[in-house]
Amino acid sequence: MRNAISEALYECAVNDEKICVVAADISPAGSMELLRKSAPERFINTGVAEQAMIGLAAGLALAGYRPFCYTIAAFSLFRPLEMIRVDLCFQDLPVTVVGMGAGIVYSTLGPTHHTTEDITIAKAIPNFRILCPCDPLETRELTKWLALEAKGPTYLRIGKAGEATLTENAAEKLTVGKIRYIVKKDSRVAIISYGPILATAIQLAELLHANDGINSSVISCHTLSPLDENGLCEMLKAHDCVVCIEEAIKYGGLGDSLKILAYERNYNTEIYSYALPRSFIREYGGYDQLLDIHHLSVDKIYSSLRDALQNI
Amino acid sequence: MTSTQHFPNANFFRAKILDLSQRVSALHIGGAFSCIDIIHALYFNVLRAEDKFIMSKGHSAIAQYVILNHLGLLTDQDIINYATCNGRLSVHPVLGTPGIVASTGSLGHGMAIAAGLSYARSKLRKSDARVYVLLSDGELQEGSTWEAIMVASNLCLDQLVIIIDHNGYQSFGKTSDTHPKFYPMIEKFESFGCHTIRINGHNEKETIKSLTSPSEDGKPVVIIADTVKGKGVSFMENQPVWHYRSPNKQEYDLAISEILSEQL
Repeated sequence: MRNAISEALYECAVNDEKICVVAADISPAGSMELLRKSAPERFINTGVAEQAMIGLAAGLALAGYRPFCYTIAAFSLFRPLEMIRVDLCFQDLPVTVVGMGAGIVYSTLGPTHHTTEDITIAKAIPNFRILCPCDPLETRELTKWLALEAKGPTYLRIGKAGEATLTENAAEKLTVGKIRYIVKKDSRVAIISYGPILATAIQLAELLHANDGINSSVISCHTLSPLDENGLCEMLKAHDCVVCIEEAIKYGGLGDSLKILAYERNYNTEIYSYALPRSFIREYGGYDQLLDIHHLSVDKIYSSLRDALQNI
Repeated sequence: MTSTQHFPNANFFRAKILDLSQRVSALHIGGAFSCIDIIHALYFNVLRAEDKFIMSKGHSAIAQYVILNHLGLLTDQDIINYATCNGRLSVHPVLGTPGIVASTGSLGHGMAIAAGLSYARSKLRKSDARVYVLLSDGELQEGSTWEAIMVASNLCLDQLVIIIDHNGYQSFGKTSDTHPKFYPMIEKFESFGCHTIRINGHNEKETIKSLTSPSEDGKPVVIIADTVKGKGVSFMENQPVWHYRSPNKQEYDLAISEILSEQL
């Protein structure tokens, strides 16, 4: 995903001199080499100084530029949160805060490097858009939209490297602000997710089909704020059962939003929400291991769902 | 440099602030009076059309508002309705208000914003525009301020002028008592790679000279302006209680007579 951002930004920056990157000592591998070489003056490295990264980007935006702040998610969002709130969101400036390696991608590095409550926090800030692409293709498309079209500040939450391509044959095109059917079936089950863990949603759909003959639609909710309430309501109405998979804490997440919508509108849809616990994750294994421990592997989700789905 | 004969002196604006103090209570009058000579010099003698000024010590924005009012950017009605539901002026400056370059009020933000603005204008657009940012001395206790100063030095922002309103007092009291290791200041800035000048922030000539003096060797300019909190009103000077409160009628009469007698 970071390569997708890097390439998309380079392509945009070549033709638009307003695009620039403000990084905070992110390793050279993730550091926009193409852009750095072609327009070195538009790649600013503040060093290990995330508050300065955000403030500097605000100043650049006030001068008409469209900066991307870029570092590991735990440091791009949590550390300079008040700068994001005041300098970017209160002033409503077109700055993108890229959170790289969000969720538990940095599994072995421990809770200092995990970003599991970021969405809950970012959602609370007025004017702050949250975009969570599920694969390199969505990353590329959203990055280009942010670089060339977006108004106001955005948190762009991405994984790191090596994510599978999931949306090559997606049922629908990507539209910012709208949920997107990746797989659209005439089905009673919908599986909704965002970010790289959407791969698990697709695997789950395949398992349900292969083992139980259950068809399911798979949906990318790449725009988490503002939420596509109309699209979500249509989804809730059209399905008997909605499964929500999130690589983030449940509290304040998409699953919670779905339950609130369903309650407010009196929908009877069964909603099954799978997310990370609201606790610091103290296991230090690989990414897949941590997901499994916290019941977010496809096998654990499948076995938890299977009985419930027999009855719908 | 032109003299001040074509426009009112800073005490004229101090009197305006005192007038306002009889209607609203949240004036931060002490800090406004310590920096108003600097703001006055900036607007009437220094800033060119292409230059920008950020009031990082946003709690003293009233000192900027009364001057923006004189310059026609804010209306008399704006000033009358300051900090009321009928008006558009917050105690702290908000982007979108005429003449206001950035929203400030939370300390430790203005320095990095000014650095970004200066980088855009001097390094990306290659203009000779200068960016001025006014910091309170208390703001130097924010780590984010020093992050941004180091970045500004690393980026060789020599068209960035950082002014410190060094009145020596903050909410809790006298800084040299409450935070003795706050000092020395000059050495801190020099070691961060800034060209540092120390002036009397109530001396018009010194202030204007420093604000227009060129940088050295690609360094940001830091002007440490020694000032007096509550300057111009004897009973307010260096009294922490005047950080925030407004004078009552009796205090107002006394203050205004002092200010106007000095103005003559």
